[in-house]
Amino acid sequence: MNAIVTAKDVSQVYEVRRGMFAKPLGLKAVKDASFSVEEGETLAIVGESGCGKSTLARMLTMIETPSEGSLTIDGITITGDNPGDVKKLRSTVQIVFQNPYGALNPRQKVGSILEEPLKINTKLSSAERRQKAEQALAEVGLRPEHYGRYPHMFSGGQRQRIAIARAIILEPKILVLDEPVSALDVSIQAQILNLLADLQERLGLTYIFISHDLSVVKHVADRVMVMYLGRPVEIAPVEALYANPLHPYTRALLSATPATDPKSKGQRIRLTGELPSPISPPPGCSFNPRCPYANDRCRSERPELTQHGPTRVACFAVEEGRIEMAA
Amino acid sequence: MPLLSLRNLSVTFDTASGPFKAVDGVDITVEPGEVLGIVGESGSGKSVAMLGLMGLLPPSATVTADEIAFEGRDMRQMSGRERRKIIGNEVAMIFQEPMSSLNPCFTVGYQIKEALKAHTDLDRKARQARAIELMNAVGIPEPERRLSAFPHQMSGGMSQRVMIAMATACKPKLLIADEPTTALDVTIQAQILDLLLDLQKERGMAMILITHDMGVIAETAERVVVQYAGQQVERQPVATLFDQPHHPYTSALLAAIPERSSGARLPTIPGVVPGQGDRPDGCLFNPRCPKADDRCRTIVPPRQPAALGEALCHYPLNHPAQVSAA
Repeated sequence: MNAIVTAKDVSQVYEVRRGMFAKPLGLKAVKDASFSVEEGETLAIVGESGCGKSTLARMLTMIETPSEGSLTIDGITITGDNPGDVKKLRSTVQIVFQNPYGALNPRQKVGSILEEPLKINTKLSSAERRQKAEQALAEVGLRPEHYGRYPHMFSGGQRQRIAIARAIILEPKILVLDEPVSALDVSIQAQILNLLADLQERLGLTYIFISHDLSVVKHVADRVMVMYLGRPVEIAPVEALYANPLHPYTRALLSATPATDPKSKGQRIRLTGELPSPISPPPGCSFNPRCPYANDRCRSERPELTQHGPTRVACFAVEEGRIEMAA
Repeated sequence: MPLLSLRNLSVTFDTASGPFKAVDGVDITVEPGEVLGIVGESGSGKSVAMLGLMGLLPPSATVTADEIAFEGRDMRQMSGRERRKIIGNEVAMIFQEPMSSLNPCFTVGYQIKEALKAHTDLDRKARQARAIELMNAVGIPEPERRLSAFPHQMSGGMSQRVMIAMATACKPKLLIADEPTTALDVTIQAQILDLLLDLQKERGMAMILITHDMGVIAETAERVVVQYAGQQVERQPVATLFDQPHHPYTSALLAAIPERSSGARLPTIPGVVPGQGDRPDGCLFNPRCPKADDRCRTIVPPRQPAALGEALCHYPLNHPAQVSAA
């Protein structure tokens, strides 16, 4: 196995203006994220809104360059100062967005939506482009006659299929899926998840699957990275994460997910309070104001990711053994 | 006497391409203090039925019913004035998008007190005190200060708490919650669901919870109605619904949840919910049903007895006789 994506201390800081004369504030949307993605695997990134998972997706797809740290994708390194050979990477990394209604231009026919990446990135003739577009339609379970239709003539699930077809048409190696099924109904969600699994098998794709839905993640992921307030707090193989979550936030997240079994009235960990503002994160561990295990060290020092069995976790309570482990 | 009783409620919209029946013969009974869950995909008419009851539909909608009774009072015969004494007072509703349900031009305190002003005869001071009490009850810290905050200054979870405070201002006997947690994060969703259930138990309030999330249903509801394309396809207590679904749609819906499946591929329901133009004959689910035969394609299915989940199906699954024999 070799890593196709390596992120080293990647940060993204946005400037927030407060007024004409006030100094702009730095909003750290992602802070010191280090992780790697192996070729052919599915890495899921989970977290609540504001945790920086979509910002990470924007950096991975080169919509933005990281303000600090470096990102190595398929052998090409991108940093804030040196954007690297972005043109070549554009066809290596593609993205599917959450909302298929907003991601497709309503004035373009499906055919031209699909051919646009080819026009920009390849030198194919129009006949070849058309053939590729029809092939991509077949690949995602749509029919060739859909080529000449407009996006509004399709249902949500079909539109997501079009978005996926557009993403795979350049034969990328990596697909960033930013909440690809959360706008869809359960029955349609299952169809799209199966399609994504089929495509991964057939085309050998690497997926970075961003989601807030832990039951979907459990189904699709090989490894999971949990983020909180811009930082990864736990990275673990999927079985380990669900059987033995270590970080208190991961535990709370898992226990807050409603189980589809009326008999399992398990003890729910109640998290009090809400996500603090990323403009002024609390000192120490960013989870400490909501954490039942927080002590003085958590309130002053920031924990780093450390290895615990198969899991890497950033938590002093785990490190010091102050937290009871599942058997 | 049930708190709310709806019989054969239908909602028809006048559209440019002819009438469209969004809700088709829905029966709902709610007993005082119970939690009824209504589950279905988008387009199943689950919200429209409740909006029809609340009188919140646009003029293009026609609501018809054999019975709409709240505590035995027939709401069909009522004048608007009488109706409004019940709606918002004894029956209250909260919506999916807390951000867009609150008026951005007014402080949340003004909006909570407005509900009190309309339905109670408290004076200004008493309304202020009651608003603070309500904000406390829904778990908003520093209620005195928060009353003068505008909706954009609050997070999604806080706005939903304000909506709940507003809805429960007049101590309603029935609270209709339309996807109250869909727009919220899971940890906040858990907080809001706990809050709703606490309020429901504390005050003996009945609740109708509309959602598409089977997990939310499993954790909160006592009885469940499953809707598909405007029809109620199954009605069951929550425990038996998840173990023994009788309608093929319920069964397929449960199977499609990633959490309940073990294989690499999820079982799916082929096709999509029928829209206005492509309503099939016979059973509305027949084009997507694995068990459908000619009878399903031509004859409208009957309502099965309670032992079969009142399923709207010719061939209900998990027949009690078969289950006990197996």
